[in-house]
Amino acid sequence: MSEPLLSVRGVTTFYGRVQALKGVDLDIHDGEIVTLIGANGAGKSTLMMTICGNPQARDGVIMFAGRDITRLPTHEIARLRLAQAPEGRRIFPRMTVLENLQMGATVADPAMFARDLERVLELFPRLKQRLAQRGGTLSGGEQQMLAIGRALMSRPRLLLLDEPSLGLAPLLVRQIFEAIRLLNQQDGVTVFLVEQNAYHALKLAHRGYVMVNGRITLSGKGRELLERPEVKSAYLEGARLQ
Amino acid sequence: MSASGDRAGEQPRAPRGPAGPIPAARAIDRLASSVREAAITAALAFGLFLPLIGFETVTNMRNEVTLKTRWPLLFAITAAVAIGRLAYMLTLGPALGRRRLRAAPAPSAWRARAGGLFVPFAIALVVLYPALVIVLNGSSGALKWIDNFGIQILIYVMLGWGLNIVVGLAGLLDLGYVAFYAVGAYSYALLAKTFGLAFWILLPLAGILASFWGILLGFPVLRLRGDYLAIVTLAFGEIIRIVLVNWVDLTNGYAGIGGIPRPTFFGIPFNAGDDGFAAVFGLEFSPLHRTIFLYYIILALALLTAYVTVRLRRLPVGRAWEALREDEIACRSLGINTTNTKLTAFAMGAMFAGFAGSFFAARQGFISPESFTFIESATILSIVVLGGMGSQIGVAIAAVIMIGGTEIMRELDFLKDIFGQTFDPTQYRMLFFGLAMVVIMVVRPRGLISRREPSVFLRERKTISADLVKEGRG
Repeated sequence: MSEPLLSVRGVTTFYGRVQALKGVDLDIHDGEIVTLIGANGAGKSTLMMTICGNPQARDGVIMFAGRDITRLPTHEIARLRLAQAPEGRRIFPRMTVLENLQMGATVADPAMFARDLERVLELFPRLKQRLAQRGGTLSGGEQQMLAIGRALMSRPRLLLLDEPSLGLAPLLVRQIFEAIRLLNQQDGVTVFLVEQNAYHALKLAHRGYVMVNGRITLSGKGRELLERPEVKSAYLEGARLQ
Repeated sequence: MSASGDRAGEQPRAPRGPAGPIPAARAIDRLASSVREAAITAALAFGLFLPLIGFETVTNMRNEVTLKTRWPLLFAITAAVAIGRLAYMLTLGPALGRRRLRAAPAPSAWRARAGGLFVPFAIALVVLYPALVIVLNGSSGALKWIDNFGIQILIYVMLGWGLNIVVGLAGLLDLGYVAFYAVGAYSYALLAKTFGLAFWILLPLAGILASFWGILLGFPVLRLRGDYLAIVTLAFGEIIRIVLVNWVDLTNGYAGIGGIPRPTFFGIPFNAGDDGFAAVFGLEFSPLHRTIFLYYIILALALLTAYVTVRLRRLPVGRAWEALREDEIACRSLGINTTNTKLTAFAMGAMFAGFAGSFFAARQGFISPESFTFIESATILSIVVLGGMGSQIGVAIAAVIMIGGTEIMRELDFLKDIFGQTFDPTQYRMLFFGLAMVVIMVVRPRGLISRREPSVFLRERKTISADLVKEGRG
């Protein structure tokens, strides 16, 4: 295979004296959807935040598009068009939906703004009726759509999504995952998806990684992982009933 | 819109329904609860005012402190509080309670229209203000109204707008804003006295120096937010003031700097001499000329502040300020350099304070550290908070109420006819200042104008793109 778009090699991260990541290796190739699943506190979000440079890795190397980004500050990583929809959505509550989307386009070419906006509204038609509304007045699902849409406005090569299904109704989860699939298929956006909803995530993803206690324990094709007994017992109990 | 609002307003009443379908019973219910409230308030007021008003220490002829009681006054005040609470409960209280439960009030059409007219009308009023005052008061009485009211209020409007950039837009709580005002004032005073430079050269220089100090403050506090930032900025304000007090060689300490050169009208001084403003323009000399000139300078400076802020809000840096106020982590993940964003906010806010400071020095002709105490920072901050953080119109209105209100207390001589000749209304200024704050915060907890105007609309974007197309074809 060609050189990966993002490669993580031997990354360790500490919060003070607590070690959250214990040497993580992970590759994401152009055009893929890769998911990372694991239990609460396994270090999934920490890995995502470490890729974005907040906190920075203590050891190891993170390469993005052939460039070492391990020690770059967060905003410069974002300028390399590695976009992130962080955990907890973090939209700007007092700014309108349109302003939120515009903030997402900070690092993008202004000439592309109209076209990108149209595309985001096509993916998330519900945002269209809410453009003039303040972000804080949106429902949880709409806020998640806005968070993803805002990240998309920077025309990312790699989109990092941290638990987009968190706290959403099953119907909305399906809508969001469908939008991610479309983005990947039609726009060629590479997606790295951190999820607790292992069933949906592994069904959608080309490849998946399983993280336990700050280490990657399993990896493979998404659908193959779904069938693995250790994944089934640990993460999929009862999930299919949804 | 209004229908849904009314329905929302009715809701809290509904649960009370079962208490009595008969209106009279409900009225008695309400009266009883109001009386109970009033009694509690009276007890509270009595307890609070007993040491404050009930007892008075008096020094007698032999220089001994004796305790005097003032029971009638205490009971009068307690009764007034109780009656006031009762009246509030029976009239305003329920209405206000309903309003609080309502979601964000939808702006009605007439309000939007009135809002659109408000700004041009207000600008026309302040531009014509000196003429109006002269017509109403004659030129001798006008001086006070232009100087004490017009100029004084406009200085605070400008400071409020400057601080609004830091606190209202960027969300960085700054309790030491007066430091930059002081830097501007001392920059002008020292440079004008030492090098004899003109006001118009020193004005931008004072702004640059103040914004330099703004950046200097910004660096150490980059990682701080909220309470921690507030404490450090508070300390910074005090450091500047204490340096001004103690660096006697440079600043002359508490004695201050006097004889600061006044601004000239394109090189023509405002004095009674042969080459003075009055003589050159063939007018009779009057101190009013300079005052009016100063009024228009501060008006222009204040409007410049407002204009720059309005423009900046629509530029990437202004939007980044607002986004920073909302969520710093999200900002960084979107590629915004939060360090630079914070520093520009501090620098811009400080620059306008520097302008205002150099104007202040030029207007007073004398400055001392007394003018730059913490209470000034607190006043400016309360103007921003009361006006509604981020709202320029709100800040301007709050400055008029707070500064104009305290100034007008000096004018209420007719109160002496009511309360006797010893009554001095100016002594109650701070009391009314506090009362006004409490009232505004009760009635409008998010400031006078809490609505935030979006800085971008879809319609605008369309017109811009149409322009681009046209240019491309031509």
